[in-house]
Amino acid sequence: MHIPDGFLNTATVVTTGVVSAGGVANAVRIANKKLGEKHIPMMGILAAFIFAAQMLNFPVAGGTSGHVIGAALVAILLGPWAAVIIMSVVLIAQSLIFQDGGLLALGANIFNMGVVAGFSAYYIYRIMGSLLGDSNRSRLVAGFVAAWASVLLASIACAIELAVSGTSPLSVVLPAMAGVHALIGIGEGLITVAVVSVVLSTRADLLKLQRI
Amino acid sequence: MSNKKWWLIALAFCLLLATISPLASSSPDGLEKVAEDKGFIETAGEAPFEIIADYVFPGIENEAVATILAGWIGTLLLFAIAYGLTWLIRSRRGGVATQ
Repeated sequence: MHIPDGFLNTATVVTTGVVSAGGVANAVRIANKKLGEKHIPMMGILAAFIFAAQMLNFPVAGGTSGHVIGAALVAILLGPWAAVIIMSVVLIAQSLIFQDGGLLALGANIFNMGVVAGFSAYYIYRIMGSLLGDSNRSRLVAGFVAAWASVLLASIACAIELAVSGTSPLSVVLPAMAGVHALIGIGEGLITVAVVSVVLSTRADLLKLQRI
Repeated sequence: MSNKKWWLIALAFCLLLATISPLASSSPDGLEKVAEDKGFIETAGEAPFEIIADYVFPGIENEAVATILAGWIGTLLLFAIAYGLTWLIRSRRGGVATQ
């Protein structure tokens, strides 16, 4: 879902750029207060995992592929502001070094895949967790739904940006983006749950780190 | 299993994922496919510069090898940047460091 340069108009580039810059600044401020020593390797591994996992496009219906975003995984393990930081680091590296996602579109990509995906996953996971109870099974169910929804909501944000930019009418781009990402989100849900369950069974202490 | 060993296994697993990246689907992703179908893919601009464009390390004939190399570089780089940045953000705290 990396938007290249050219899809967004100047107003959208500036607006998403300002919002994302503010989001990143706030994330750093909060992380500065809350980060503990144990967070350090976890942040490194999650960034490495998301980069590698995003290279692995899996096929979905109709000659289309998808890859994980990863914000939901970070949000579940470390909290939404940690997701904003990690996704920003990954997206900036992808844009600058790997020419994946436009330089001017960075703000929009950080907003969609960091802010929208991270916060939606975090709150859906928390609300579902409180409804379902505190078992490992309910954690995994909540994780799946949160990860799936985070992809769908990020794609809706992306569609709105494309429509506001005049690139494609909302009535066309919104159902198209939401439809294909409802499928891609299933992959996000499965991979997120797989990683959370591995962490639960091998290093359950890491799920008790303070959320950022 | 010691904590250090767990992190090393986790990083090795990430490198393994990068190693199998040539097996990834080459179909367009969700946004690209929508852009093709809805006729706005041509509005995408060229990047002003290229370093390891599209996850293929330049100058290597074998594309699978070039992709794996790009994947390893990116994976290790992202680990180092996120680790270093987190350490830096934490170290610049005014008060007493907590666990």
